Amino acid sequence: MSNVPADLKYTRTHEWVRNLKDGTVEIGITDHAQHSLGDLVFVEVPETGRQVGAGEPCAVVESVKAASDVYSPVAGEVTAGNPELAATPELINQDPFGAGWLMRLRPVNAAMLSELMSPTEYEALLKVEGA
Amino acid sequence: MAFIPHTEQDVAEMLAAIGVSSIEQLFDEIPQNLRVKSLAGIPTAMNEMEIGRLMTARAKADGRPLCFIGAGAYEHHIPAAVWAITTRGEFYSAYTPYQAEASQGTLQLLYEYQTMIASLTGMQVSNASLYDGASAVAEASLMAVRANRKSKSQRILVPTTVHPHYRKVAAATAGNQGLRFEEVPYAPAEGRTLVDALAKYDGQDITALVIQQPNFFGALEDVDALTDWATARNILVIAVVNPTSLALLKPPGEWGAHGADIAVGDGQPLGVPLSSGGPYFGFIGTRMDYVRQMPGRIVGRTIDLNGNEGFTLTLQAREQHIRRAKATSNICTNQGLLVTAATIYMSIMGPQGLERVATASHAKTRELVTALARINGVRPAFATPCFHEAVLLLDRPVAPVLKSLESKGIIGGFDLAEHYPELGPALLVCATETKTSEDIASYAQALGEAMKAARAA
Repeated sequence: MSNVPADLKYTRTHEWVRNLKDGTVEIGITDHAQHSLGDLVFVEVPETGRQVGAGEPCAVVESVKAASDVYSPVAGEVTAGNPELAATPELINQDPFGAGWLMRLRPVNAAMLSELMSPTEYEALLKVEGA
Repeated sequence: MAFIPHTEQDVAEMLAAIGVSSIEQLFDEIPQNLRVKSLAGIPTAMNEMEIGRLMTARAKADGRPLCFIGAGAYEHHIPAAVWAITTRGEFYSAYTPYQAEASQGTLQLLYEYQTMIASLTGMQVSNASLYDGASAVAEASLMAVRANRKSKSQRILVPTTVHPHYRKVAAATAGNQGLRFEEVPYAPAEGRTLVDALAKYDGQDITALVIQQPNFFGALEDVDALTDWATARNILVIAVVNPTSLALLKPPGEWGAHGADIAVGDGQPLGVPLSSGGPYFGFIGTRMDYVRQMPGRIVGRTIDLNGNEGFTLTLQAREQHIRRAKATSNICTNQGLLVTAATIYMSIMGPQGLERVATASHAKTRELVTALARINGVRPAFATPCFHEAVLLLDRPVAPVLKSLESKGIIGGFDLAEHYPELGPALLVCATETKTSEDIASYAQALGEAMKAARAA
């Protein structure tokens, strides 16, 4: 059973979003996503200052068996990429909702966050997908 | 490899097994309006005996001319053992096997090849090969766009001293993917690219600079200054090199303070015969930082469950069977057979042997240039140091002179008229270790006579 923290928002493509106090959001991939990918060996995070659209591929996570894109849940400007992941991509496996965060961004429109999935909705999605 | 025939009954059984009534039905997916009904210009089929006769006649028409043309493909001596080993049944395949890890011998050979190319180019990693030198430049340009995340422009600076065919192939391959190849002119008196010519790009967003060493004229570029100029501006450097020359010249990994970022070239000089333009093979190497942006296959060394050494395809997440549309390239194979020959060639020659080939080739080219420049109406185009190839200026059009030499069984060089008309009548010549002093003397004599005859006419 995957861990789905109650204080986060989610997407159909298995990203999570944390609302930070300074008006920016932190984004990562869920426990389910890291578990499906297996041991991560390489992560490419976006550069600070990049403008990303909602649903736009903005990071790449590569495991021993697959490589996949990470889509930005909301539109905004990247304020940071997690610098630790270049040397230690396994942080995503170890702590997907904490030290394994991918990037932070300042949303163009914070109201769009309410459009994302709630923990309950995401859990239902995992059930449908047979996770 | 075994010859596996199939009878009509075999075909019928196979079709029945998958529930299809005819072979034609397998192509149902292709709409009728997209099918080519007739193949105009393609002659009717010949039987084995007829094709044998035709090919023998064609080979005879080529003859055994004395060849002084280089221009990207070089006639070197290939020890007999190279192709005797390469064509053994265990190696004789054009591809990396589909069940790659079942063929440990092939993978070990590719691993050795990668090690040799990395060592020769001074780069940290090499792939298992590309198609040829020209496509390698295209792949390197696409790779530079992916690797240089500080640059958004997709602009690639390409000096006109880079092989004209490589420039054309790169533009044809990558031009439609948004890359812009911008030509940098050479210094006319020197036949090489000066840093001054790059000054106009200062402050602009440029993704990569291509540097060919030796350049198409055989002249040596100031690779350190060019590399340092690019590195200081966050521009990646793509080195295009002749592998034989690396036995004598500084490898791309040591250019300037930082080294080139990607090194490519055509591997033909390493044991692959000249054969109407191919097949040859391309090589590519880079720094570990960029390995995930490199196209093609990579073989790695590992240990199995029992701790035994083994070889495996690695970093496959770059490749199209995993990464699909986002793969680093549509290249999912390599030039396996030619790479086998090159690996055996390098093993047999060793570093000392390769150095002797390079030194002898350069000495023969100097001897050739000296002999030809004594002829009335012939002079060297540039005073710049060169490696085993040089440009001569003639006082009359080159094409008729080459035609006249051809009738005496001599291929006199590459006419630069089409690609470098600004030089006037100019001829690119090359001699490798395969040419004797007698060969050079007979070329000089034939050229002298041809020039004299042309003057009299």
